[in-house]
Amino acid sequence: MAAAPAPPRLGAVAWLRANLFSNWSNTVLTLLGLFLLVRALPPLFDWGVAHAVWGAADPDVCKAASGACWAMIHEKYRLILFGRYPYAEQWRPLLGLVLLVVMIGLSCNRNAWGLRLAEAWGAALAAWLLLMWGGVAGLTFVPNNLWGGLPLTLILTVIGLAIAFPLSIFLALGRRSRMPVIRILCRVYIELIRGVPLISLLFMASFMLPLFLPTGVSIDEVLRAQVAIILFSAAYLAEAVRGGLQAIPKGQHEAAHALGLSYWQAQRKIILPQAIAVAIPAIVNIFIGLFKDTSLVAIVSLTDLLLAMRQAIADPQWRRFFVEGYVFIALIYFVVCFFMSKYSQYLETQFRSGQQR
Amino acid sequence: MNSTIRTDIQEGIAMRNMSRYVCLFIAFTVVVLAGTAHAGEVLDAVVARDSVRCGVSTGLAGFAIADSTGNWTGLDADYCRALAAAVLGDGAKVTYVPLSPQQRFTALQAGEVDLLSRNTTWTLTRDASLGLVFAGVTFYDGQGFMVPKDLGVQSAEELDGAEVCVLTGTTTELNLADYFRANGMNFKPVVFESLEESVTAFLNGRCQVYTTDRSGLAAILASDAPNPDDYVILPETISKEPLGPVVRRGDDAWFTIVKWMVYALIEAEEKGVTQANVAAMMDSQDPVIQRLLGTSGDMGQKLGLSNAWAVQAIQAVGNYGEIYDRNVIPIGLPRVGSNRLWTNGGLMYAMPLR
Repeated sequence: MAAAPAPPRLGAVAWLRANLFSNWSNTVLTLLGLFLLVRALPPLFDWGVAHAVWGAADPDVCKAASGACWAMIHEKYRLILFGRYPYAEQWRPLLGLVLLVVMIGLSCNRNAWGLRLAEAWGAALAAWLLLMWGGVAGLTFVPNNLWGGLPLTLILTVIGLAIAFPLSIFLALGRRSRMPVIRILCRVYIELIRGVPLISLLFMASFMLPLFLPTGVSIDEVLRAQVAIILFSAAYLAEAVRGGLQAIPKGQHEAAHALGLSYWQAQRKIILPQAIAVAIPAIVNIFIGLFKDTSLVAIVSLTDLLLAMRQAIADPQWRRFFVEGYVFIALIYFVVCFFMSKYSQYLETQFRSGQQR
Repeated sequence: MNSTIRTDIQEGIAMRNMSRYVCLFIAFTVVVLAGTAHAGEVLDAVVARDSVRCGVSTGLAGFAIADSTGNWTGLDADYCRALAAAVLGDGAKVTYVPLSPQQRFTALQAGEVDLLSRNTTWTLTRDASLGLVFAGVTFYDGQGFMVPKDLGVQSAEELDGAEVCVLTGTTTELNLADYFRANGMNFKPVVFESLEESVTAFLNGRCQVYTTDRSGLAAILASDAPNPDDYVILPETISKEPLGPVVRRGDDAWFTIVKWMVYALIEAEEKGVTQANVAAMMDSQDPVIQRLLGTSGDMGQKLGLSNAWAVQAIQAVGNYGEIYDRNVIPIGLPRVGSNRLWTNGGLMYAMPLR
């Protein structure tokens, strides 16, 4: 008797068999998934592409169409992206965004990391804020209550992280310090902040703080929200960094000590580089969370991307098409978060290869 | 405390669980802010800053909304413009501060804005206990009901047992319950967090009745309903919602300016002074118009402004009727009922400018 031919090990059929139809439960799930896709995709395609209204169009044209109304985005995209920033000056936030993307592009290369890059970031952030504010070099002054949309979201995120991250390292070190006062202070701070939601911090900054200041003295509203975001994310980042610190074996500390390194030298040259490498997934997680959390500032009436979109759809002519608006900003959020998560995966493999060597 | 977080429902931001925070904060403010500010302080600050800081809604069609280029339009926004023109001579000198329903009173109490022009309902609680004071009425609103025409309902009294779509965390919800209880009827509330959601649900037949302020109902008919003729707004108005500018307590000079700005715009309409003809009207022989436009008397100076204050305001935005026609008519709300001039049977009545 000749044995039945062995199942193929290569090719599409083999892949399908191994991955999608390996046993009956997988087969059922695969078929179910296919069924749902077949049911969901064509209507979605019809709505979003085939029957959609593209380019500039009258709201009445959209009303008559059965598909999505991308004309709404066409009409309102500048309000959504830049909020109430003066219309004629919106090239400035746009240029700022380009600058930011270039800086992020440069920073993706690990070999470029160093003091130089940090300086470049400092300069870029300063240039960005200068561009937004104006008031020099012939740029008209734009008070920050007019900032809005994507630039505001990114400013809150990037500046929040740029300040919170170093702060969190000190907090993490402080929490593990041998000096009781510092340890207790850091601990109280971290636990207090972690014990309240970001939204209540924003409420405090936005509602309570002004009441304790004399009438007429007011701290800039964007700054108040920014400080709340920094304080909040620093506490969370500190815990992520502490996780990294605890993963470093005691031998590393002792070895650094034996070499005659001071506390700060040991932290800087030996402990922190390893600890932060370990903590990268957790840190990026917090970065992504923070980027999305900035949309909470809409509660205190800062026109971030989300609130700018809501303002755009408050127009009764276009408010029937709010789904399109939400899809549009969801895409923006997705692109940024997806990039961050992919980049953190890349970093992880980079660091792991270092350890395996 | 969160008594009449009214027309703000239209922004869908009102959140029930937040009202607790708000209560706390407001309770605080009342204590903290007993007797700040002395006379003329706000006007001095406005002149020094060269800008009126005006608290507006974060986005409500017809009242305060950012258009596609980011400019504020609407009745509330235009009132700020008129005030800036009267005080500073330029209607563009307004810093609009968009405020959520929860934020608005604290922002005013803390001096972050000079006034609220933010579709805020005038109630006793707010006038008496929040450290602020209402300066007049720029729009009379009231809660109503809307039903599909084929339901065959003629009056709200026939709505026993109906499913009613309503925004949560607002007094719309409370008024609704009050009305049905007072009439011994039952209803099933279907509550929503956001305006778009609730309107879509109503138009898709998720409930038979939709309730919000009549201005909101009109806007839904005009812009959301696929066929406006399929729906009717029932005749009953179940609540009073007078909306108008609000200032902080303790600065009577500023309060007076804000109050008389409202009257001046109404008086201008009554006397037929418009944006277009205000220059020609300067030659008018009518003593009332002369006093209004400052060609005789010193009405402006008595307020601490220039005598051309009303002229500047009318040149910037027109009279009350023009403001209404420009902003409120397009959202589908013709000028009927209380919002007409008293001479036409409405409630818009200016105290004598003399």
